[in-house]
Amino acid sequence: VRLEDPVAFVDRRTSSAPFLKKALRYAFPDHWSFLLGEVALYAFVVLIATGVYLALFFEPSLSETVYRGSYAPLRGATMSDAYRSAVDLSFSVKAGLLMRQTHHWAADVFVAAIVVHVLRVFFTGAYRRPRELTYLVGLLMLFLALLEGYLGYSMVDDLLSGMGLAIGYAVALSLPFVGGNLALLIWGAPYPGDDAFESRMFIGHVFLFPAILATLMGIHLALVALRHHTQFRGPRATERTLVGVPMFPGQAPRSLGLMAATAAVLFGLGALVQINPIWLWGPYETWLGTNGAQPDWYLGWLIGGLRLVPGFDVTIAGRTVIPNPFWGGALFPLIVLGVLMAWPWLERRLTRDGRSHNLLDRPRDAPLRTGFGLGFLTWVVLVFFAGSSDRLFVWLGLDYVTQIWFWRFAVWVIPVLVGVVTARTCRGLRQVEAVEAERAAARLS
Amino acid sequence: MRPLARKLLALFVVAKAVRTPPPERERIVAAGEPARHELLIAGLLVLTAAAAAVSVVGYGLGWSLQAYGGALAAALALGAVALVLAAEHLVVTEELEEPYPPEENPEASGDVAAIVRESGSRITRKRLLGGAAGLAGTALGAALVAPAVSLGPVFDTSRLQDSPWRRGTGLVDEQGEPLSADDIDQGPFYTAFPEGGDMKSIAAPLVLVKLDPARISVRPGWAPEGIVAYSKICTHAGCAVALYRNPLFDPTEPGPALVCPCHYSTFDPAAGAKVLFGPAGRPLPQLPLAIAGDRTLRAAGPLSGPPGPAWWGVRSA
Repeated sequence: VRLEDPVAFVDRRTSSAPFLKKALRYAFPDHWSFLLGEVALYAFVVLIATGVYLALFFEPSLSETVYRGSYAPLRGATMSDAYRSAVDLSFSVKAGLLMRQTHHWAADVFVAAIVVHVLRVFFTGAYRRPRELTYLVGLLMLFLALLEGYLGYSMVDDLLSGMGLAIGYAVALSLPFVGGNLALLIWGAPYPGDDAFESRMFIGHVFLFPAILATLMGIHLALVALRHHTQFRGPRATERTLVGVPMFPGQAPRSLGLMAATAAVLFGLGALVQINPIWLWGPYETWLGTNGAQPDWYLGWLIGGLRLVPGFDVTIAGRTVIPNPFWGGALFPLIVLGVLMAWPWLERRLTRDGRSHNLLDRPRDAPLRTGFGLGFLTWVVLVFFAGSSDRLFVWLGLDYVTQIWFWRFAVWVIPVLVGVVTARTCRGLRQVEAVEAERAAARLS
Repeated sequence: MRPLARKLLALFVVAKAVRTPPPERERIVAAGEPARHELLIAGLLVLTAAAAAVSVVGYGLGWSLQAYGGALAAALALGAVALVLAAEHLVVTEELEEPYPPEENPEASGDVAAIVRESGSRITRKRLLGGAAGLAGTALGAALVAPAVSLGPVFDTSRLQDSPWRRGTGLVDEQGEPLSADDIDQGPFYTAFPEGGDMKSIAAPLVLVKLDPARISVRPGWAPEGIVAYSKICTHAGCAVALYRNPLFDPTEPGPALVCPCHYSTFDPAAGAKVLFGPAGRPLPQLPLAIAGDRTLRAAGPLSGPPGPAWWGVRSA
């Protein structure tokens, strides 16, 4: 078969040969850090594939049933069909547990890959004009991914799910003015809510949020392609000229290889490393709780925020105005999202640099950005650590109350120090470089 | 013979014409060196197929998750190595130089704006029509969104305060059996529910502990024989207050306290569940208890405040 024939077949029906030719020769700058976003993309592919499989077995229903399945310790326990079907698909469906664990691992890796990708984009200044929209869409996806993951482990209706949902309900309630109304709208009734709430989580997790995420991903990739990739400065790589490997044949097998590698790691983890053993948590009831329950890692910063706030509700004349969970559970993440979204414009104002940039900075090239970014990151990471202070107590024996008091101050002091030291270090490194360049020039002349 | 020979010749000519390659054209992809490691990559692909087959067989034979799942992961890993090696050694490796798209296209942008502007050039009452269109859009949007109100009692937040506890409501355990004052010992904690009420409601579950009556400093009248009852749902974030820190060594250990395992809000059961530590902003609501003639526990009144996490406008005590 001549290769020309199928190509001509497609072109005669779509007139797309000129576009295809351009697409095959789209240039990818060659740097390992540009693959982080691709890892997130491929984790999403694994999530869709394993998620569809799971949805073929999971029964999103809160109808009560008595467990009579193959896991002996739970036999005779009253539980919802949701939890029962999740336990059944883990023990009685061949490959069910592999798919469930791979799905859970993929969710953790998906968020982790996005976070590292955002860090790369931030510290190299890739978000600058003309790529601000790409960056904003990316941030939106990060926060939607957190919500999507939260819904995923919440709808299983095990004890961990329930404890997480109770907190989510309290955070929704805590919003000023609208909290009570909003929580009732979402849950359908006071907590634990209407039975239909389970269906709402399910349709949100398997359809609504994935569809929004996929759409945003398409927009994100289209925006990248329209403006082309950024690149690091090189002998031939300039603001006007992009140097890279073509999509075909160079990048395609490499990227497919990355997809296979991502899937290999995720299925390897799913097969060999246990995650979220829901049968150990048991079914959830409003009145049950357990100590040492840990959510997925990407919610750790919110747990930290909730734990660190001192015990007070804002009240006026015997009425609560702002309940406590608002600060750590709602305002804190909104500030993080807001600051990250506003940063490109904030930086433009501070540095008076509104030009278009196709070349990336090294972190040291932008002391203000790198100092601020590392300080801000430290703030969030320290709050995250505060969220694991109960674990630190168990592992290291550090007194919990002392730790919380320590973190309450440390999360404000340490980020400022980190920011200042980082900015100074960047300036110092640049001075050293300038001196060395001068010496080299002197030697030449 | 001659016609046959002529036919053969014609066939040969036709075959030759079909086989003739198209005229030489300039290469687009650089020619590069001959590929390396072809055998290695072919071998890796065969191993990929073998590992994938092992995974399928293992799945069919009911092998353990680790075995057939591990084989699947191994197949994917071998495939990944093959693909990356192919990218490095098999296909043409080249670097393209390409101009970035122009920073802006002022002419086309101007044309787009002109098309929109000129399309409306016949309109004389722009404001009126714009306002009317905005009104129509907003009203239509509202009409389409309105059915979402059916999702929940969005305008009636009073339902958040529903409580099954009234004067005389009996306390039962998880199995629905009445709780007697004699069931409650000093040391552990107990969970109780309203007789005949919805156990799952956030207002239903209570946590009961028995204390030395002399220690009870707040509302001692609500704690007959030292038995105190509080809402079991944390006033911070709605988790069940499922930890009871009861000291074994009085002089060195802190006094008894109810603790929520989610964010470690700590409540003093002897002092009206006052917050000792943690993020909770108000005490757990207390239920006044009474012991009936048959020694069963009953509510002597409603809860002292709204149970569970707080919201805008709720009573704060």
